Amino acid sequence: MSQLIGLYSYWIVIVLMMAGLYIMIARYNLVKKIIGLSLFQTSIFYLYITMSKIEGGTAPILVEDADYVYSNPLPHVLILTAIVVGVATSAVALALIVRIYESYGTIEEDELKAIEAAEPDA
Amino acid sequence: MDTLIVLVLLTFLAITAIGIIVLRDLLGAVILLGLYSLTAAGAFVVMDAVDVAFTEAAVGAGISTILFLGALSFTKHEQKPRGHDSWVALIFVVVTGGLLIYGTLDMPHYGSPDSPSQTHPELAVRYVQESGSEVGPPNIVTSVLASYRGYDTLGETVVVFAAGVAVLSLLGLRRRRPEDEAPEDAPGDIPAADPQDNPRRNV
Repeated sequence: MSQLIGLYSYWIVIVLMMAGLYIMIARYNLVKKIIGLSLFQTSIFYLYITMSKIEGGTAPILVEDADYVYSNPLPHVLILTAIVVGVATSAVALALIVRIYESYGTIEEDELKAIEAAEPDA
Repeated sequence: MDTLIVLVLLTFLAITAIGIIVLRDLLGAVILLGLYSLTAAGAFVVMDAVDVAFTEAAVGAGISTILFLGALSFTKHEQKPRGHDSWVALIFVVVTGGLLIYGTLDMPHYGSPDSPSQTHPELAVRYVQESGSEVGPPNIVTSVLASYRGYDTLGETVVVFAAGVAVLSLLGLRRRRPEDEAPEDAPGDIPAADPQDNPRRNV
């Protein structure tokens, strides 16, 4: 039972990760693929924050004259950076999708492939 | 009690993720993604990561949702029904997930005080004990972000700048000019043309 509770957060992280991966593989819609990518990214954030938590700890903000246990601040810093970079990646991907839609009139991957195949010297 | 809250929030996250998979309406999926980020932010607060929580709530649930909605307003709201290749993907995902779950069996348990991430002398103990006197701010995350790992943050701003330039060069400059005044062959100034009409113009 303690094994179940101790590892449950990792398992949920893996479920979320695989949900994102499944969307990216099985869905042809490009916007949906980016949604899957975001899902995957957030699950990684979760994995890191889970590992920084310490039992009975508190947020890593120093308090004078008190003997608190603090959670590890390093994963927090890494994930702060990762969140912002992740949004920047999504923004570029979405801008590309908008351009693809303007040029080809579709954002479905298989239709794009069909258009590519129909081009004479592609 | 904390652990219970985290477990419930994690279960919410999993349910939301499954909802995103099955939902065909892209607008609904984007809103669910915002809900997912907000739930994650709530769980981050319970797990003591307050800085991450407000960044996730502001950037992940806020700005990211706005970006998706903006992209959807230029494209279609509906994904076309597809199902024929889902089997291979499902098997692949289940096998990968199973292997990863097998890998977690050796991981330190949630919140365990003797896990390597809590006991490493340079990466956990030193930040907590020394950052107050070495850097100054009471918030250790600030000290690490701006001082110990300042180059990481510099690199992050470079990435964000590059992404901003990329988005602007893909979308921004072109939209300022009215369609009819634009010259036919100007690079980066291609109106939504029928691909049958002139296929090479799209590249």
